[in-house]
Amino acid sequence: MSEENTQKHKSFLEYQGKYKGILGWILSTDHKRIGLLYLYTMLFFFSLAAIIGLLMKTQLIAPGHTIMGPQTYNSLFTLHGIIMIFIIVIPGLPAVFGNFFLPIMIGAKDVAFPRINLLSWWVYIIGIMIVLTSQFLGDGPPDTGWTFYAPYSFRTPTNVLPAVFGAFVMGFSSILTGINFVVTIHRMRAPGMSWLKMPLFPWTLYGTAWIQILATPVIGITLLLIIAERTLGIGFFDPALGGDPILYQHLFWIYSHPAVYIMILPAMGVISEVIPVFSRKGIYGYKAIVLSTMAIAFVGYFVWGHHMFTSGMSGRALYTFSFLTFLVAIPSAIKVFNWVATMHKGSIHMHTPFYWAVSFLFVFMIGGLSGLVLGSLATNVHLHDTHFVVAHFHFIVFGGTGFAFMSALHYWFPKMFGRKYDEVWANLGWGVFFMGFLSLYLPMFLLGMRGMPRRYYDYLPEFHGANIASSLGAWVMVAGILIIFANLIWSARHGKKTSEKNTWGGKTLEWQVDTPPSLENFDEIPTITKQPYDYSDHSEKLNQ
Amino acid sequence: MTIHRDDLGDKFGMWLFIFTELLLFGMLFVVYAVYRSMHPEAFRIGGQELDVAMGAINTVILLVSSMTVAMSLTAMQKGDKTKCLQLLGATLLLAVIFLVNKYFEWGTKFEYGLVPGSETLQELGHGTILFFGLYFFMTGVHALHILIGIGLFIFVIVKVKKGDVHKTDYIWIENTGLYWHLVDLIWIFLFPLFYLIH
Repeated sequence: MSEENTQKHKSFLEYQGKYKGILGWILSTDHKRIGLLYLYTMLFFFSLAAIIGLLMKTQLIAPGHTIMGPQTYNSLFTLHGIIMIFIIVIPGLPAVFGNFFLPIMIGAKDVAFPRINLLSWWVYIIGIMIVLTSQFLGDGPPDTGWTFYAPYSFRTPTNVLPAVFGAFVMGFSSILTGINFVVTIHRMRAPGMSWLKMPLFPWTLYGTAWIQILATPVIGITLLLIIAERTLGIGFFDPALGGDPILYQHLFWIYSHPAVYIMILPAMGVISEVIPVFSRKGIYGYKAIVLSTMAIAFVGYFVWGHHMFTSGMSGRALYTFSFLTFLVAIPSAIKVFNWVATMHKGSIHMHTPFYWAVSFLFVFMIGGLSGLVLGSLATNVHLHDTHFVVAHFHFIVFGGTGFAFMSALHYWFPKMFGRKYDEVWANLGWGVFFMGFLSLYLPMFLLGMRGMPRRYYDYLPEFHGANIASSLGAWVMVAGILIIFANLIWSARHGKKTSEKNTWGGKTLEWQVDTPPSLENFDEIPTITKQPYDYSDHSEKLNQ
Repeated sequence: MTIHRDDLGDKFGMWLFIFTELLLFGMLFVVYAVYRSMHPEAFRIGGQELDVAMGAINTVILLVSSMTVAMSLTAMQKGDKTKCLQLLGATLLLAVIFLVNKYFEWGTKFEYGLVPGSETLQELGHGTILFFGLYFFMTGVHALHILIGIGLFIFVIVKVKKGDVHKTDYIWIENTGLYWHLVDLIWIFLFPLFYLIH
């Protein structure tokens, strides 16, 4: 590697564009800077929502009034949900790592519409601002839960309007990013990169982008209807005026279930990148992963009814939705099988991103299988709206997307910042976090099965024991988060500088450009001839 | 940095955006279908309350404006800037006339108290409440799109005047035209659903 350390251009971090200082960031159309803008925004709001979660778990450490009353608890779980869902996991991996690495991984200089890309960050920020005003203005923070179920969302005196409108505005950001990514992937792949030579993270971003385009308008119009319901009284969801609240649930979940796949697909993409690199082995069943990605994106559209098994639907609708839900499990399981098969007989290199990826597999399996318990009609009736559901979706959304996010952050960190982080601290942070995570969410399965409902600040005395374990777990997990963040923030500023192009031995294009990348990523657009995960050179070395 | 230009990519992006618009209105059509099947009689009577002549005039206006915007693109492709500007101006004017008609049409409904939240409507029963709720919401969202279209046309006219849009680079006219055809298309569905089906 004679080319190492011979950077011809300034990195994107140092490049002086039209504007100086902070304006050089918030007005930059460079996809890498926009990715980092999203990252900083998300880390800030994640910390906020995690603290809210911690307060809720502290309230639940004992029955009755511990540190807050019912109204505070209701508004806190609403805010926790809105921030975590709309501000963090929905834009999540595509907005941060998709923006930063999609163009580089497909051999492009930027996304197709760089200015629209910047616009979507601004729209996102404006949406966040609108949501936050709901906390300070009007008659108290909203207490509906992030789902804004009718008819309560237009009956409650609390300040629901800005929260709903903010979520609507953020939808635009999501749509614009989706359009940008689809056009980028169609039009800007490097010469020679046929569809089946494209790395898997871009593939999952492609599936995600289609869901963003086709599902987000549905929530957009639904939220507008809630606004019209509150301000004008059009009556579509109001039984008193002839409307049907169940129709609201349908419209809401037609978006919000595919949104779950907006969250998890890119996470699967990250895992598909990390596992081959640290196993030094080509991904097992590349085509199967691609197909299952698109299958999840497609079938994920037709399963929304499984959120409403107890709401009132015809029997035929019930078992159709249940059956389709089981169908989605198949492509997910194919992926898990492929990841495990990739590791089999690989030459495993244990580093922080790999720890996160493997623990992802563990928690994703628990989350996925508990999803099947909820997808079965009979068990669902027993478990609906209990802590079992809370445990299930935290295992998928936090355990799935969150772990993959951490894996991606540790995997691409040296490339993004040109600095190394301390791996001992990073691994320690992972260990503490993982233990805390399990201790926080596993007891919730038990509580749910024994009948503890979700969204109450109080519970019966017989649930006390498991709740203590869960609340202590929350504190341990937050300690883990603190270690991880402190290590990364310190390393981004003072870590050992590196301009090593290929930190981990990856084969995809981002490991062939400068560290950190230059403004235009490539001096010369590469021509692709090989599969993205070609480790044949490595196995030859091993065989010698 | 070299300027990246990809007209096909730009048009592709616009088509994707049109998909999102279709889904947005698509969900409203679903709501319409649900409530029409629940209250067929009230929807029939509600439709008779609407002014078919006014709706028909607006339909013609939108169809003609779709034609003029398409012609303005051809004019630009042939390099006739003056004719292009005239045709874009005509489209803009037609869009404004559409909204003026809408204003008078809505005004009449307000006079009779056929507006969501009014006491008159409360007395007329659930089906009528839902019909007029849908009527105002769907034509309202459509009118909002006309307003956005008007903004776009002004923007494009300025661009043509400044010479940013010219004989070899007319993607702005093309994409605005695509958007305008979409707005037109939605109306083509709204018109029979509210005014004509009895």
